[in-house]
This record gives sequence, C-alpha cells and structure tokens, in this order.
Amino acid sequence: MIANYGYKDGSGDYFIAIDTDRCDGCRGCVEACPVNVLEVVDEDPNDPFREEPIVIVVSDKRKKIKYECGPCKPPTNRPPLPCVEACPQGAISHSW
Amino acid sequence: MSEEDKPEYWRWTESNWRNPDIRWEDAKIVTAGIDVGSVSSQAVVMTDGQVYAYSNMRTGSDSPESAMNALNFGLEGTDMPESRIDYCIGTGYGRVNVPMADRTITEIACHARGAHFIYGPGVRTVLDVGGQDCKAIRCDEKGKVVNFLMNDKCAAGTGRGMEVFADLLSVPITDVGQRSFQVEDEPEPVSSTCVVYAKTEATGLLRKGWGVNEVLAAYCSAMSERIFSLIDRIGIEKEFAITGGLAKNRGVVDRLMKEIGLAPMKTDWDTQIAGAVGAALFGYVLVQKGKGRKG
Repeated sequence: MIANYGYKDGSGDYFIAIDTDRCDGCRGCVEACPVNVLEVVDEDPNDPFREEPIVIVVSDKRKKIKYECGPCKPPTNRPPLPCVEACPQGAISHSW
Repeated sequence: MSEEDKPEYWRWTESNWRNPDIRWEDAKIVTAGIDVGSVSSQAVVMTDGQVYAYSNMRTGSDSPESAMNALNFGLEGTDMPESRIDYCIGTGYGRVNVPMADRTITEIACHARGAHFIYGPGVRTVLDVGGQDCKAIRCDEKGKVVNFLMNDKCAAGTGRGMEVFADLLSVPITDVGQRSFQVEDEPEPVSSTCVVYAKTEATGLLRKGWGVNEVLAAYCSAMSERIFSLIDRIGIEKEFAITGGLAKNRGVVDRLMKEIGLAPMKTDWDTQIAGAVGAALFGYVLVQKGKGRKG
C-alpha cells in the first residue's frame, strides 16, 4: 500500500508517501529525522489485518509537514533527505 | 426575519432504514459499524454480513452522544436489543469517542471496504467527499487499500464548504446540483481555493449582478477542479465510485466525471453509509476469525 500523509492547500501539495509493502518497521528513518515527524506503530492503522510494525507520519504533524520538514529542505543546495537516506528499502518519498 | 426563523438551507434529511426480509433472530453474527464524521454520523447493523438496518444523522457537538443517537435511530422500529450486537467498530473522525465500540479502524480502510460492498467488487478508485475532508483511495478486487491520500486540512472541496454556499445563497442543499446547471453559459470557476475567500468572491459576484445559479455553477466547478487535482495524485483506475454526501450533488459529480472522462458507478444504497458498512464488515470478519467479543 502507498500511504500518503499530508495535505494540499492553496500553496501546493505536501505529502510523505510510505510504501508499506517495503517498510519493515526498522526505525532507521525515525532515528534519522531531526524533528520527530515519523513514528513506528505496531500495526498498520489503515490495514486491520496486517500486524507487523510500520512507520507512519505522527498524526499531530500531518497538517503542518510543510513547516515541520522545512529544516531539511533549504531552498538552495538541498542535501538528500535524512529519512529517505536512512531507509534501506527505499520506502519513503516526499512530494515536494 | 429573526435568526431563529431563518430557514436552514444546509440541512439535509436524516434517515433510517431496515431490511424487511431479514429476521435478526435468525442471525448467527450481528455486527455494527458506527462512523462518527465531522458533519454526519451513521450506524450500520449487519446480520451475517448483510445490511440489516442503518441510520444517517447529523453529528452533534458531543461525539459519544452522536454515536449513541445514530445507533438508537438505526435500531428504531426493530426490537433488537443493543446487547445482541456481537462486535462493534467505530470509525471516522470521531472514532475514538464511540463508547460502545470494541475497536476502532481508520476511515480509509472502512471506506474502501464499504465502497467495495455497496458498489460491488469492480470498484478500483474510491473518492469520499465527507463533511470536512476529502479522501482518494485505490483498492484491489478484495476492497483492500493499495494507495490513498486524505486532505483534512482545508475545507475547500468538502461537504461543509458546499453547506456554507447553500446557506449564503439561500438555496436548499439538495437543489444545488440541479440549479447549478440552469445557466446559459458555464461560468469560470471561482478562483479561490479557500472556502472563506470563495465566499467573499461569491458575494462580490452577486454584487456584480451574477445570478444565484451562475454562482452555484462557478462554485461547483471550482470544487470539482479542486477534487480532481487531489485524486490525480494517486492515479485514477476504472471503475470509479464516489461515497459520502457529495456523491448526491450532481453539480459537482457531473463536472468532475467530465474532467475524469469516466462514468461513475451507480448504487441504490445511501452513499453516506459506506464508512459504517465497511466498519461492520470488518467486525464480521474479525468475529469469524475468532477475534470478536464472543469469539
């Protein structure tokens, strides 16, 4: 499943997409994120029959990820995103 | 006219229904799904995986009370006691506040499962336009979610935005769709992507001499554009189904489907009950798997 967390408003689309078939809940991204946007939960909230750990975007941060993720996204010379780099499975991508 | 006498143009009819062909006394497993949304609440009671009764009401200021009212209204006229329900699942925006729920499941999973039930297994893309959010879900032939996104930050492109417009223009919400087509030329959509600004823009248009129907057309088309840009992100696959209250508004649905280039799936069920149907079905599967209260 591709789980898109985030929002769209007048200024653009801000979604973090997590490929739940690739994520194995290793927590690499959770530790790499400097602003605690991600967390690992015991079961997938959007799939009641999957009981393995999975990473999700913290619900309080979903409506402000444009700002939460800001520190990792300078307007020029943007380095690779720590969460994306930290994932050996390539399960995380950002829409902006 | 005093504030109290002012007609409530946004108000839609609450309803309940019971399947006359089912005797609940014969059922092996009875499950309930309660979907407490930001604007409306539904309760669905299922006997062995079939819809036995449902209700569709407005959500009040108190979520636990709204959940209980919906269930009582759904069971009204049936003599089934609430204690007969083997398993109850809460879903929707207010799901953590459903007192009788044995478990909660997110509305994403429930809407996909519910749409799969009310529209049939051919559905691959589900658009749910609720009171204060808009969800786009792609699912497989079993109703399992494969891709989803939800926008609940902004009221533009949601049912509540439409209610605000019905009230502003003094047009009953159920007439909005039809009246939005009673225009000579299709006007440009309102440009604002925010309901508050769209309302300001609409007031300006009325002052410029636009007719009410033209303004409705401009808002319906802005809303369909807005929804289209959202579902485009997850990709649209045939068959396409719409759930939630907005599925009843032709003004938005017809314009949206023109943009998508598909015909929407049809159903005789109330499109607002999809989430609660999905919840009740999950309950049924969980009880069968021995995870239920009486399992």
